[in-house]
Amino acid sequence: MSDWREEPLIFEKSKAGRCACSLPEYELPEAKVPAELARAEAPCLPELAEPDLARHFSALADRNFGVDSGFYPLGSCTMKYNPRLNERLAALPGFADLHPHQLPEDAQGALELCFLLQEALAEIAGLDAVSLQPAAGSQGELTGLMLVRAYFQDRGELETRRKVVVPDTAHGTNPASVTMAGFELQPVKTDARGNLDLEDLRRVVGPDTAALMLTNPSTLGLFEQGIVEVARIFHEVGALLYYDGANLNAVCGISRPGDMGFDIVHFNLHKTFSTPHGGGGPGAGPVAVRRALEPFLPAPAIVRSEDGSFALDDERPKSIGRVRGFLGPFGVFVKAYAFIRVYGPALREMSEAAVLNANYLLARLKDVYELRYDRVCMHEFVLSACKLKRENGISALDVAKRLMDYGIHPPTIYFPLVVPEALMVEPTETESIETLDAFVDAMRRIAAEAVEDPELLRAAPHDRPVERLDEVGAVKRAIVRYEFGERETG
Amino acid sequence: MGTGYLALTEADREAMLKAIGVSSVEGLFADIPEQVRLRRELALPAPASEVEVERELTELAGRNVHTGRELSFLGAGVYDHYVPAIVDAVVSRPEFLTAYTPYQPELSQGVLQAIFEYQTVICELTGMEVANASGYDGATVAADACFMAAHATGRRKIVVAEAVNPQVRRVVKTYAPGFGLEVVEVPHAGGVTDPGRFRAEAEGAAAAIFQQPNFFGCLEPAPDLARAASEAGALAVAHVDPLSLGVLEAPGNYGCQIAVGEGQGAGNHLSFGGPHFGFLAAKKELIRRMPGRIAGETTDRRGRRGFVLTLQTREQHIRREKATSNITTNQSLCALAGLVYLSWLGPKGLRELGETCMGLSELVKRKLGLPPVFAAPSFKELAVRLGRPAEEVVREAKKRGVNPGYPLGRDYAGMEDVLLVAVTEKRSPADIERLAEVLGEVLA
Repeated sequence: MSDWREEPLIFEKSKAGRCACSLPEYELPEAKVPAELARAEAPCLPELAEPDLARHFSALADRNFGVDSGFYPLGSCTMKYNPRLNERLAALPGFADLHPHQLPEDAQGALELCFLLQEALAEIAGLDAVSLQPAAGSQGELTGLMLVRAYFQDRGELETRRKVVVPDTAHGTNPASVTMAGFELQPVKTDARGNLDLEDLRRVVGPDTAALMLTNPSTLGLFEQGIVEVARIFHEVGALLYYDGANLNAVCGISRPGDMGFDIVHFNLHKTFSTPHGGGGPGAGPVAVRRALEPFLPAPAIVRSEDGSFALDDERPKSIGRVRGFLGPFGVFVKAYAFIRVYGPALREMSEAAVLNANYLLARLKDVYELRYDRVCMHEFVLSACKLKRENGISALDVAKRLMDYGIHPPTIYFPLVVPEALMVEPTETESIETLDAFVDAMRRIAAEAVEDPELLRAAPHDRPVERLDEVGAVKRAIVRYEFGERETG
Repeated sequence: MGTGYLALTEADREAMLKAIGVSSVEGLFADIPEQVRLRRELALPAPASEVEVERELTELAGRNVHTGRELSFLGAGVYDHYVPAIVDAVVSRPEFLTAYTPYQPELSQGVLQAIFEYQTVICELTGMEVANASGYDGATVAADACFMAAHATGRRKIVVAEAVNPQVRRVVKTYAPGFGLEVVEVPHAGGVTDPGRFRAEAEGAAAAIFQQPNFFGCLEPAPDLARAASEAGALAVAHVDPLSLGVLEAPGNYGCQIAVGEGQGAGNHLSFGGPHFGFLAAKKELIRRMPGRIAGETTDRRGRRGFVLTLQTREQHIRREKATSNITTNQSLCALAGLVYLSWLGPKGLRELGETCMGLSELVKRKLGLPPVFAAPSFKELAVRLGRPAEEVVREAKKRGVNPGYPLGRDYAGMEDVLLVAVTEKRSPADIERLAEVLGEVLA
């Protein structure tokens, strides 16, 4: 039983008349809002002095867990260490206090950084041109499909190219992006080795195919062994290949998506290039493309002029337009660029270490948890708690919750959907052998506990601020905001 | 050299390879066909030490003229409001900074409770009943609102006032073809949107979007626009400045079904345009059409209150191609900054801030002595006619250390001599005197 106390909601700590802020008081002419537009009743914002504000958010931080708190092998999320240097650099006044409407001649350093990042990403992808605009991986996906759309529209083929092929192992964002871009989903199966089922693929790919969306290595952590043939199948019918960069951390400097035959790639800077995920963002999802697709990239483009200066080019008649404001999440670019500068060509060593760490864990765990596809893995792998489920009634969820008692963030569970009771483990390159061994010990210990004391697992976690929460009840009650009683402020 | 971020020693590596049963790391990549292997080094600059990287990036940062190096009146969607120290302190806490999306609620009560509080604050500001955990920015949440409205009404037309931020309109137009939507713009009349015209265009539309205060800084007849949209059977969508909502009425209180906006001004640094956050709030009946994460209250088995991500059957990881959106990662940390900021302000601070902005805006009008382009009252931005190309005037004024504003001719034909001047509480009356002086010199 944990000894955490409940942290009240900030509204429950409010008291009318308290205020943390101090604002300048200028002598100003009076300016009144016309009565019909004026706010009648003040919003119930929190009313606290700053010390209590600080304690409240400190208490909330104490109730959270990040990479700095402990091992975080959340599959497909690449929870590596976030270098502190990058935070310091993004906070430099020349970056943090730079207005996005500043004239390009007075923002040359920022534009150059963007340009250098574009060049580095193009080289890592093995493609020709990059747009940094998309705000996150899923927006990068959507941007990629908008590019597919624009490309076929330009060729007069959009009417017939209706289908986007997505494997059954894909992240849910892929099919959702297909719908948002106005295409139809064409699922394709995975074969017994964990590769795309080429028979199924040849059956579904045809003149109505617009593109393939593929994560490689896949969400099973396996490299697509038939990638050359896959690319040939799509290119033969004039379709495009889109690479979901969620798992790029496995192959930087080892194999490039462009060389694999992909035409469009999105990156997750908050995964591969270490920018912190912030409890759910901000991310960044730049997109790289082959030369033939460059005219369609979001506008404006960041270009180098003949005199070596950097400028914004908004004269892009074939561009899909804008997918977000300004040039993208610039603060994230600063951090990602700094990370790439630290590594340079040694990004290859980063990926090698990520793959080595994953295979080490796999080798030490596959005798106690089942492995559906027994191959060398890449940067992550998917185990199954099927045996525990069958023999002891212990689910992947129970294993995940028990890991918390060992001070470890659980892996991704119940994904990909093709593996029952899935536990998807991604250690990343920044973990030491001691941390990996501690995880192995915990996982093996939990498998033993499942036999000796299954109740211990079903009741886990035991020392968090809350035990397992009633998610069904949450949906039923749908309490999604604090309800104030009597209006206390005004 | 970057290996400072890597913990494996040579001895570790050997032990690990032995445990795996391969002789070299190369053996782990055997599944990658030879013809797609990169058999050279990546052509990137050589690895640099932390000292060198800091030097290089500090040099790049030094070539940007930030708001500390000139007296800036730039706004047009992103504003130089003060960011209190407490905001930076909270978002620097590694438990927030280095966490992923809160998939495991027992390890994520901090961020989940913060999202729940954020949702409440956004609902309070906007007069709405539900809000999501944030969207990418003020532009993409407008596109989200269109998608919601199209599903809710079964209609395919979107009406947008021309006085809505041009970037927002452009993003809506980029998203529209995929959604199967047609976008119609309603021209402004004298800097504001005419409710009659808005009503006529909104006929048969899924959503009718206006901005309050609008891109010109003018106060729209917002209640009339909301009524016009509703009468035509369209959802009324207000794009609002959160910091105006201490003095301006909340959209939910004058008939809007959806409120969206750019949250940057609330505790987020300018950062050359991002990362910031967009907020999206709506009336309760739209909750199942909302995109993105939503935190909800529940209990554990001991009856203790706790928070989870809820109503997830809307989302991509469950619904896949039938989801309300593909969004997963949003702008959690930026929204947290927004929550801390709005908690710092409180209701009294929010009101005072709004009054200060309006007073400063009025002072700009009086001190510049330039003809305001529009008669409508303004909030924190004022469009003034210079009688000379605004781009030229900006460059002249910058030589004197003042960035006087945003040339509206970049987005609106016929406004080449119009400058949009923005103020925040960081600009003092003396700063406005200086602006007047410099513009006087340049225009003399």
